[in-house]
Amino acid sequence: MAKQLINLHNVFYQYEQTVALRDINLIIEEGDFLAIIGPNGSGKSTLLKIILGLLKPTQGDVSLFEKPVGQFKEKELIGYVSQKSNSFNTGFPATVAEVVRSGLVKKVGLFHRYPKNVNNQVKQALKSVGMEKFAGKNIGDLSGGQQQRVFIARALISDPKILILDEPTVGVDSKNVRSFYNMLAHLNREHNITIVLVTHDVDAVSISISHVACLNQTIHFHGFKNEMDSMSDKQLEAWYGHSVRKVDHHSEVQS
Amino acid sequence: MIDAILNYQFLQNAFASGLIIGVIAPLLGVFVVVRRLSLIADALSHVTLAGIAGSLYLSQSFGALALLNPLYLGIVASVTGSLFIERLRRLYKHYEELAIPIIMSAGLGISAIFISVSEGFSSDLISYLFGSVSAVSRQDLWIVVSIAIIVILFLGLFFKEFFVLSFDEEYAKASGLPAKWIHILFMIVTALVIAGSMRIVGILLVSSLMTLPVAAAMRIAKSFKQAIIYSVVFGELAVLVGLVSAFYLDIAPGGTIVVTSIIILLLTLLAKKIRIKGVQIQ
Repeated sequence: MAKQLINLHNVFYQYEQTVALRDINLIIEEGDFLAIIGPNGSGKSTLLKIILGLLKPTQGDVSLFEKPVGQFKEKELIGYVSQKSNSFNTGFPATVAEVVRSGLVKKVGLFHRYPKNVNNQVKQALKSVGMEKFAGKNIGDLSGGQQQRVFIARALISDPKILILDEPTVGVDSKNVRSFYNMLAHLNREHNITIVLVTHDVDAVSISISHVACLNQTIHFHGFKNEMDSMSDKQLEAWYGHSVRKVDHHSEVQS
Repeated sequence: MIDAILNYQFLQNAFASGLIIGVIAPLLGVFVVVRRLSLIADALSHVTLAGIAGSLYLSQSFGALALLNPLYLGIVASVTGSLFIERLRRLYKHYEELAIPIIMSAGLGISAIFISVSEGFSSDLISYLFGSVSAVSRQDLWIVVSIAIIVILFLGLFFKEFFVLSFDEEYAKASGLPAKWIHILFMIVTALVIAGSMRIVGILLVSSLMTLPVAAAMRIAKSFKQAIIYSVVFGELAVLVGLVSAFYLDIAPGGTIVVTSIIILLLTLLAKKIRIKGVQIQ
């Protein structure tokens, strides 16, 4: 049986009077490529923040690598890529290499300097996302898709076992979304990195993922992506809040 | 000029303090600017003024306190102000910038009261407001040296954490960094630098030495390392040119240092424009 890397048991999260998440039971195993999908305000980002320990659940237990989240100290095992648009300051005067190197901050530890071979590690991390030629470029000069690849390299440099991404393709043009997900699938398969991401691109991501979780305050479905077809119309409606219908994409649309 | 520096202790004090401040103010200023906290430096300088004015008043009223260096109370006020700013920023989560006018007006208001109730320290006060070449004592110099050691130690120990926190705060927190504590330490160190710099640049202009060299450096730097190096070089140049011209022209160094910084900034803007045009022509 694969190792349980993330385990949420009966998790509730309440913000003031609003219940954001209720009765969440979710197990993510080593090697999974899970997409958490759901409408706006369904609690997707809140769920990621609870997994990352940025928010404390009102009720319930969270375990990471089979340890309660409070006792889990090896944060470098979890790589996090936040929503680009919310996060960094694009005018920041830093090179791609400087940004990627900063991903080692936790692994290296307080009061220690970066190791001597840090430049090689930066090179390797950039190579794994196809950005090795951009090491000397200013981060603000790159496109949205390229920036996200750099942030993945920043997460990969500490050799994480899990990669958590919050809406990684916001600001990425549609042309590059597919190749972005292909790259993630490659990391998942070839480097055995478990991937959890929150997205709206249900269609684009569906080719790459292994598992899907449908969230709207609670989890309406969690399983292999092809099992999602077994969701009844009633379940679909309960999840999305209004009538939705399934559309099969058997062929590429020609423009 | 060199003869004068070798012969007069007050000039040695002024130049040594100036050169040290020329390094530490822009060095810390790079982080202040990229974290969009430039106005906080201004607020803290006004709080420092309250401490200085309070100290000058106390030394007038109580003979026993006459020997107390006003910088000490200035430092206490500045550090207290920095902690208050943090508290207010957390209280007004959605209006973080409100902390700045609140603390700034509190500082200025308290200063106004102390200045009004005391008698005749206007010449002292002017030197604190706009800086002075002649008023820097040996004790002031030692205070500046101590602050510089704290800044270098702090940045030496936390440089990489600081880079992450400045570039992407959410990522820093998700990585498990003690972001809150590092930030509070940063605010305290910033308060110390402001209190230490004001003897040379003056309270009203102290934040300029943390921001103007950085603003110029950011126009031409291609990396964070370059931004730091250029900021320090521009800061040193501004202090050196500013102090020498202030000495010869007998004017407040705060003014000459700031004007030199502005000229450096304009030159970098011009250089960038010429470079862009050059690339377009090619």
